[in-house]
Amino acid sequence: MKKKNLLQRFIIIVIVTVVGIYAVVGPRHRPTLHDLTWSGIKENLAKNIRLGLDLKGGTHLVMRVKTEDFLKRMTEDNAVAAENAAREAGFEGKARGEIGGGDYRVLYEAAAGTNVDGIKEAIEKKVELGSNFGWSYSASGSVLSWTLTTAAQRTLADDATNQALRIIESRIDALGVAEPTLQTHGAQSSHQLLLQMPGVQDPERVKGLLKGESRLELAHIISPPSPAPAQTYLTREEAIASLNSGGTIPANRRVLPYQERADPTDTAQNQTPAPKWVVVEVPPIITGAELRNAAAVPALGGGVADYQIQFSLKKAGADKFGAWTGSHINEYMGVVLNDEVRSIAYIKSQIFDQGEITGRFTQQAAEDLALTLRSGALPAPIEYLEERTVGPSLGQDSIRAGVRASLVGLALVIFFMLLYYRGSGINAVVALVLNMILMVAGLIVFGATLTLPGIAGIILTIGMAVDSNVLIFERIREEILSGKTIPSAIEHGFARAFITIIDTHVTTIISSLFLFVFGTGPIRGFAVSLIIGLLVNLFSAVYVSRTIFMWILSRKGQRIETLSI
Amino acid sequence: MFQILKDVRVDWLAHRRWLIAISIALLLGGLGSAIYRQWQQPGGTQAFNLGVDFKGGTVVTIRFKNRPSDDAIRSALVSQGINDAVVQPVTDRTDTVLIKLPLEGEGGEETQAQVDAGRSRVRAAINTFGPEAGPEVDLAADPNAAYKIVGTDAVGAVAGEQLRNKAVAVTLAALVGILVYIAFRFEWTYGAAAVISVFHDVLVTLGFFSLFQWEVNLTVIAALLTLVGFSVNDTIVVFDRIRENRKLHRRDSLYKITNDAINQTLSRTVITNGLVFLSVLALVLFGGDVLRPFSLALFVGVIFGTYSSIAIAAPIMVWWEQRLEAAQRALLATSARPVRTNMRVNSGSEKTIPTVAGKRSQRAGQG
Repeated sequence: MKKKNLLQRFIIIVIVTVVGIYAVVGPRHRPTLHDLTWSGIKENLAKNIRLGLDLKGGTHLVMRVKTEDFLKRMTEDNAVAAENAAREAGFEGKARGEIGGGDYRVLYEAAAGTNVDGIKEAIEKKVELGSNFGWSYSASGSVLSWTLTTAAQRTLADDATNQALRIIESRIDALGVAEPTLQTHGAQSSHQLLLQMPGVQDPERVKGLLKGESRLELAHIISPPSPAPAQTYLTREEAIASLNSGGTIPANRRVLPYQERADPTDTAQNQTPAPKWVVVEVPPIITGAELRNAAAVPALGGGVADYQIQFSLKKAGADKFGAWTGSHINEYMGVVLNDEVRSIAYIKSQIFDQGEITGRFTQQAAEDLALTLRSGALPAPIEYLEERTVGPSLGQDSIRAGVRASLVGLALVIFFMLLYYRGSGINAVVALVLNMILMVAGLIVFGATLTLPGIAGIILTIGMAVDSNVLIFERIREEILSGKTIPSAIEHGFARAFITIIDTHVTTIISSLFLFVFGTGPIRGFAVSLIIGLLVNLFSAVYVSRTIFMWILSRKGQRIETLSI
Repeated sequence: MFQILKDVRVDWLAHRRWLIAISIALLLGGLGSAIYRQWQQPGGTQAFNLGVDFKGGTVVTIRFKNRPSDDAIRSALVSQGINDAVVQPVTDRTDTVLIKLPLEGEGGEETQAQVDAGRSRVRAAINTFGPEAGPEVDLAADPNAAYKIVGTDAVGAVAGEQLRNKAVAVTLAALVGILVYIAFRFEWTYGAAAVISVFHDVLVTLGFFSLFQWEVNLTVIAALLTLVGFSVNDTIVVFDRIRENRKLHRRDSLYKITNDAINQTLSRTVITNGLVFLSVLALVLFGGDVLRPFSLALFVGVIFGTYSSIAIAAPIMVWWEQRLEAAQRALLATSARPVRTNMRVNSGSEKTIPTVAGKRSQRAGQG
């Protein structure tokens, strides 16, 4: 019976070991003889194990979606829309957005004595300000007010974050970064995203690209019709004065800067004239949401550094655009990008679905802009909170240092165990080596990432693993000294030490789990290494060690007198 | 067989006052260092040398072909208007330096700019030594290049604060988790004693970090949590033996049982901790600069983790248990009919208080 039990244990151990070794250095392709050579083994190991950014090199970016800007913009847009809607219904009044102290409010001041309920109805019919959109309405005297509820704020902010995540994802995909990972980061209410890009060493371009807000609008420029040139003003004040509204800008107008396009033949790059100002109608004819496609193309007759963006519109947008241009022939229209008029076009005939943004872009700038336009506008600006880059050479240094420290640690431990426990020391060394193999195999099988602290975790596991052996061996020694026979001493040693081993392992796993759940990146890698190492240790230090002792006993018989321990 | 320690019979608990006094002195020393440094730098966070992870700022790692002197680098930075940078050589790579820029200003916009600008500002300054190797080119492979930026860490104030809060929260949560587990396996008093002793280890280690101004970064937190697991490990080995001995030697006092347990597990303590100490020493010596703070935290932690299991956890547990038993005894004495059958006969050392084998002790006795 004992023999059969031993054989069974042996088979299990051999299978686990072989599977472990295969997981670590086995090829994932059709095996060849090369896989058995030293260089083949190294290649396979490098291929199998997934290295963290700190070892492989790459960029780690944490960004935050400024959802408060999203809510602010939405509130202000709603205020403008509310005033326009009320005017269409024949009410004169002023609307404004009020933001402060975490509150987002749209206020509408009606002319004295008007029917407040009528205004409310007119506005809520056209503008998304009803209670089903998360706005709570109240009125005092002639002032109507809509306040965004906290629940709605949270939902809208979360939606904006998710939308930003999708947009950033598509931008990164379009850029062709290899194996990027993008995920939400930290608490949901923090609206943060974590982007990891292996191999990217200089993230400046990516960062600029991701941040690009690319809010595109095609808008009517308020100007006398052609043949007079489009009306521009030298200063902002002058433009405001032209509105004859007593120094304020009414809700249906905006004053925007206009950078006149420099002469493409002019080689002096940095010679940019001061911006002019134009008056633009609100709301715009169409927005970037109606874009179907955008592409960078060289400008006709321009030099190398003169690119422009050609865009086309979706069906609905094209219909709207066609109808509008048809009724505004000989007037002026502006291409507005991020609140800046990039070009002004004179409407010669009805236009349907094509347009272009000119403005002396370099090829890369034009391509980046086209890419951000295609992926859609970010709902809110983003800011970078954390940026870490590691070059591959620095990662190599870390790997080398980590491997060296592991090997030195392992060698010291093996040396001591053999010296102190003699024959049984071999037992411990077998368990230890098996532990290392299975631990790396575990990392590979679970698809965990090996980071620099992860390597430290492996070194630490060497220490913890050997603790199990020491606990068992010391206990066996004690039992022998107390006069027990060798088989009984081994039996008791394992049984007693096992209780301690479970308790110590569970407590360490508890603290590692907290690290895993709350940690990020490298720290998480450390926790993963440690947890896998500890679990594997229960197998290698208890099961395998025990089997070796059982094997020794079965060879020497039950009347064994001495044990090399 | 060859043994380091044979049949040790030390009365550890008799020295508890001295041992605890040493710990208190260490804790006060660390606290004193932190307060003194804080006071020297009013309003600053100089009690600890916080790394960019927690304080915010930028660290740029630059590798040179021919490294200029630190002073040359510093003056190149100053000529670009970077006055508050720290130039720190890397001990295991002479061709590499770290340039640390503090966070500029407070609040959103400046922080944002800082995360963006640190790298390019340093690059502009270092360009005076020659051009940088291209992004896809190795420094050695580019004949014209003089240097290459091989790594950057830029952390804004918001992220730094977030990481700091999280680190504290994780450490405390892990302690509570351990407390609950030990309470479940042993007794509340055991759990509390273990957690107090681990907390002591963490504080002493932090004290060393303040005293020597070693950098505290994210990996140090990982090291502290490892230390938590490790030190509890050690304590549990002793407690486990106490639990076992209580069952085997019902007549012995807790005082004697605890001393015996410490002595019986002493050779394991010395061997295991010695080996872990060796592994950590290998990390300190060969693990490289990036892991240095981590290695140092473990180095100090292993020493005090071992010490505290014997010097802190065991005495606190014994003291607490004895207080509880005294209270229980007093309760029994006031009740009209003392339950004689439940009274455990005391033998052994006269220093101890008789034990009442109530429900608590019986539970502790079960494996």
